[in-house]
Amino acid sequence: MQYALLIYETSADFARREQAGDDPAYFGAWRAYYKAVVEAGIYAGAKPLDAPETGTTVRRRDGKPLVQDGPYASSKEQLGGFMLLELPSLDAALEWAARCPAASYGAVEIRPVASEFQRRFESEDQRR
Amino acid sequence: MKTSADKLAHRAVEAAARQSYGRLVALLAARTRDPAGAEDALADALLAALNTWARDGIPKNPQAWLLTAARNRLLDHARHLEVRGRSASTLETLANELYEAPDPDALPDERLKLLFVCAHPAIDPEMHTPLMLQTVLGLDAVAIGRAFLVSPKTMGQRLARAKTKIRQARIAFEIPAADQIPQRLEAVLNAIYAAYGSSWEDAAGRDQRAVGLAEEAIWLARVLRDAIPDEPEVRGLLALLLHCEARRPARRSADGRFVPLSEQDPHIWLAPLIDEAERELAVSAAHARLGRFQIEAAIQSVHAERARTGRTDWAAIATFYDQLTRLAPSIGAAVARAAAHAEVHGAQAGLALLDQIDAHSVVSYQPYWAVRADLLRQLNRAYEAAEAFDRAIGLTDDHAIRAFLLERRRR
Repeated sequence: MQYALLIYETSADFARREQAGDDPAYFGAWRAYYKAVVEAGIYAGAKPLDAPETGTTVRRRDGKPLVQDGPYASSKEQLGGFMLLELPSLDAALEWAARCPAASYGAVEIRPVASEFQRRFESEDQRR
Repeated sequence: MKTSADKLAHRAVEAAARQSYGRLVALLAARTRDPAGAEDALADALLAALNTWARDGIPKNPQAWLLTAARNRLLDHARHLEVRGRSASTLETLANELYEAPDPDALPDERLKLLFVCAHPAIDPEMHTPLMLQTVLGLDAVAIGRAFLVSPKTMGQRLARAKTKIRQARIAFEIPAADQIPQRLEAVLNAIYAAYGSSWEDAAGRDQRAVGLAEEAIWLARVLRDAIPDEPEVRGLLALLLHCEARRPARRSADGRFVPLSEQDPHIWLAPLIDEAERELAVSAAHARLGRFQIEAAIQSVHAERARTGRTDWAAIATFYDQLTRLAPSIGAAVARAAAHAEVHGAQAGLALLDQIDAHSVVSYQPYWAVRADLLRQLNRAYEAAEAFDRAIGLTDDHAIRAFLLERRRR
């Protein structure tokens, strides 16, 4: 079963990435966590995201596109990246989320992957 | 605005709940064999106390008041059930019970029975500690979930399932027969140890709730010691917990950094706790029946000696770990044994012992990688050491320990 760890960080956390080379406590913690996840054989994908101010949000209303600068929601902590882990249970996901460096300074949300929904839209339309 | 009577009543209810929750649940459940029902009744009684005590003043014996009120609730509830023809026996038991002197201290064994029920072999071992924390100490599912890193909702469901099992299986509320005690006791001891361990993980001691859980675990161990004073393993467990607790103030520096045992200042260890631990260990040794917890306590006792002698007798510790891995093999003991032998015979010998441990079982076991990294560093195998440090760092969920290991890795 796959779980997504959604990593939330403040703008100060995003800023730390720029000094990553000089801040082994930050960079080193992430590298070590990534390694531990891969070695445990549970890694199914991961991507860090650029800072929220680089985001652009699109909506289409009444036939017209609405384009907005910035992230979808404005809050103190913003989505900073995600990891996809192959794990047997929510308990195991909680354990790995607690080990994530961001759990100590930001927040980590665990969401099960909606695999049944994915199967439905990936499979061919049987009514065709 | 709350009146001062409200506030007083609130504080009195809180104090009564804190001091006697477990005892009251035990007393109530002893007759009905239904901890869930007992807790519900007690919750109702606590709620009623808030209003009544604010209005009429705080009763002379708050515990007796709560017990009577909760018994009345149970009786009401049983009457409802009886109408539906399901539980006449419950009603009878309660009716007989109702007019007895409602003194919670009159039946000191009830708590012990409850401990044995919570750690019954018919119940999933993983639920032993959570059940104890809830029924004996009155912790809620949110707090228990936090301690065990389980979602509050899941923990609530698991607790409910375990309690249903107690009721449906009619698990007896009794102290096991003498010949069964050692075997049943192990589960009780493990559950108390796990309660302490769950609080120890956050070694910072800044989290007040975690400190609380440590105190509760020690309290449970003392209850057990008073109830079965002739079981050396009970005293072994108590001694172990006291030794660990004695070091709490030394585990973090003033600025919050993690301090490993070998670098702790023994002068800030809590001497009264060490003395108490040593007394317990001495009494248990007189029984000449060695067990896992006595050995672990003995190891901590050797560490505590450093406060007096200024040195650590690693040879003695290594010998104790040899015994421990024979008597109660575990990954934790095997890793600690390797570390102890490294202190006596050098890093190479420690590494050889680490290599004997099944590789699959240590993939996500943080202490293994921390010890391995340290030994490789001592052997100047820098690249492998860095790799092992990374594994240990990546598997750590404690920020202070992570920072400590990152610092070590750079050295």
